[in-house]
Amino acid sequence: MPFNTLKLVRKAVLASTGLLLTAALPAYAAWDLNLPRGATATSREIYDLHMLALWVCTVIGVIVFAVMIYALVKFRKSKGAVAAKFSHSTAAEVIWTILPTLVLIFLAYESAPALVRAEDTRNSEMTIRITGYQWKWQYEYVGQNVSFFSTLAQTSNETRQLGSGKDPHQVENYLLEVDRPLVVPVGTKIRYLLTSNDVNHAWWVIDLAVKRDAIPGYINEGWFMIDEPGTYRGQCAELCGKDHGFMPVVVEALPKAEFEAWLASQQAPAT
Amino acid sequence: MTTITQGHDAAHDHAHDSHGPARGLSRWLFTTNHKDIGTLYLLFALVMLFVGGGMALVVRAELFQPGLQFVNPEFFNQMTTMHALIMVFGMIMPAFVGFANWMIPMMIGAPDMALPRLNNWSFWILPFAGTILLSTLFMDGGGPAAGWTLYPPLVLQSGNSLAFAIFAVHLLGMSSILGAINVIVTIMNMRAPGMTLLKMPMFVWTWLITAYLLLLVMPVLAGAVTMLLTDRFFGTSFFQAAGGGDPVLFQHIFWFFGHPEVYIIILPSFGIISQIIPAFSRKPLFGYSSMVYATAGIAFLSCIVWAHHMFTVGMPLAGQMFFMMSTMLIAIPTAVKIFNWTATMWRGSLTFETPMLFAIAFLFLFSIGGFSGVMMAMAPLDFQYHDTYFIVAHFHYVLVPGALFAAIGGAYFWLPKWTGHMYDETLGKIHFWLSAVGVNLTFFPQHFLGLAGMPRRIPDYATQFADWNAVSSIGAFLFGFSQLMFVYVVVKCIRGGKQATAQVWDNPEGLEWTVPSPAPYHTFDQPPPIK
Ligand SMILES: [Cu+2]
Repeated sequence: MPFNTLKLVRKAVLASTGLLLTAALPAYAAWDLNLPRGATATSREIYDLHMLALWVCTVIGVIVFAVMIYALVKFRKSKGAVAAKFSHSTAAEVIWTILPTLVLIFLAYESAPALVRAEDTRNSEMTIRITGYQWKWQYEYVGQNVSFFSTLAQTSNETRQLGSGKDPHQVENYLLEVDRPLVVPVGTKIRYLLTSNDVNHAWWVIDLAVKRDAIPGYINEGWFMIDEPGTYRGQCAELCGKDHGFMPVVVEALPKAEFEAWLASQQAPAT
Repeated sequence: MTTITQGHDAAHDHAHDSHGPARGLSRWLFTTNHKDIGTLYLLFALVMLFVGGGMALVVRAELFQPGLQFVNPEFFNQMTTMHALIMVFGMIMPAFVGFANWMIPMMIGAPDMALPRLNNWSFWILPFAGTILLSTLFMDGGGPAAGWTLYPPLVLQSGNSLAFAIFAVHLLGMSSILGAINVIVTIMNMRAPGMTLLKMPMFVWTWLITAYLLLLVMPVLAGAVTMLLTDRFFGTSFFQAAGGGDPVLFQHIFWFFGHPEVYIIILPSFGIISQIIPAFSRKPLFGYSSMVYATAGIAFLSCIVWAHHMFTVGMPLAGQMFFMMSTMLIAIPTAVKIFNWTATMWRGSLTFETPMLFAIAFLFLFSIGGFSGVMMAMAPLDFQYHDTYFIVAHFHYVLVPGALFAAIGGAYFWLPKWTGHMYDETLGKIHFWLSAVGVNLTFFPQHFLGLAGMPRRIPDYATQFADWNAVSSIGAFLFGFSQLMFVYVVVKCIRGGKQATAQVWDNPEGLEWTVPSPAPYHTFDQPPPIK
């Protein structure tokens, strides 16, 4: 199988990428450059695919730019270059039509499985209904009788007002903090159903590698399964009016037992 | 070969040859001369560059630091929306129609555009449309603020000013359609005898294909915004879910227009670059016919890829696969073009006058936009990139150092032909280097911001995005103010300077270089002989 060779190339590229990044990243701690690897199998798969695409583009770019720069340096009139007369070469044109075609087939071949997996919501263990509002999110644990709104935290909201005189750098998780985060268990395939009550929004947490539009009249679905407990932050990603920048998404992943306890505590007052 | 009649002008009225432009304002109001109308288009585009650019600087000033310092979010959204509408419909498209007006008749040996009165009208719609669009900023509720894509249901929350904005879009579309008709009729009917289709300069070819794209998609945009108008003001529910309408339908219709629109902007740029690079390489364009086929191929593909703007709306898997793969195909003809331009320079005899500098920057920086385009075509990756600063970086790379650099390079290239004077080469080069540094400083860091998770269209952001935003804003102000230098060079060149020869450059190919500089008010009353 030729694709086994491609897989090998891919592994080699990724390994060297990893080395380069670990070397480069600490130096740029405050100057984020790249996609995070994230907290789910999907996000890591997408990260690997992203690095593959980035390296393929970088390698092609280096080669093409090197040829261009060579031409710019070598064929200067000031260096006495005399123009040749040729104006086509069928062989060259066929080659440089076929080469990019092969590269693109390779990239499409690598993308397809990730796309299929990202869309596969079967066998989920729990369902959450997410509804976008101007400008907050509503989370409903389907069948659990738990439902609440999640809005921008008060500290961020005060600081972000025009002429507030407050320094955003003094606010922890400025614009990425909510009053009530979405709480979920780790190691559980969670399907979410996404819709909107007013205009289009998009629910996005970069570490979970999910971005899906919340559209009135539609119920979109997606899924994620978080490996490690932690807090994962994101934002609305579809322009939804004046406070589009101020409706963050915060997901808190708890160990299963802690999550069950949390869920029970939420159900108690609701009965 | 077609016989060319020359000298048989016994019946020809020589008085016609000598009649020049009218005097004063009426020259510009009533002109049917392709050169005057071309000038009007170009000047209008130049003014709009600063109007749209000013809005971009408001956006970048607000984004210089986290927190809101200058504008409230409502006005910020109006600025991002209007910046895009003005730059797309008011600046870059009219600029290329200006080039088409000036150059197409001179390149194909025609005395003028085929439909001169229509030509006058298609220009004079623009200032009115632009004024109406800008006036919405001063109306109750302000200008459109739902993004240039005008997605419902959000856009339907706009005030009454939406009606004016939609009317302006109708007018701008009408102007484009009329311009496109004129270009097609001119190229199809007015080529000098012997100027077969496959002898036409690349710029003419790219514009012919662009004009067909315009005819195909501008009516679609008009339909889409008309449905918005009736949804907002007449109680229909094309796009209102509550009334049984479909908000996603709008996105399909809009992008059926919107993706070819991208190529409507970029194909004439390809045309200009294909004129500049051979001239300063002193070598014919490499692979002329494959360039023509690649242009046609890009135009065709651009009509079947629209939903790659919509990977996150919840399309069926098969739909995502189709749009992912068809989009990736576009990279093939585009790569062919980049390779052909490189091959044109290969074993040439290169000099680096200002137009060539802009063309070379185009080659490098447009390629960067192409690479990020391929990455975004990959649907699973787009789930992360979509609606972040990564896409903002991508399309600004293809539109600013892409389309705008081509337009500026083209202006330097033909300015001596238009004015009869050489522009100031030193100032031109300084303008180039300031622009090249500014544009990269502005847009390259936006890749990092997007990858790190900053959504687009937000007036304020989390503090981890602060550093690159500051860099980007500094770059934007450098780039913006550098363009004042362009105005200075152009004005200086119009007013005087070293007399330009007919050829201007070192023996470039093309009929426009056979007429004197400045090009006489009427050129090619007699069809020129074609080799
Ligand atoms: Cu939102």
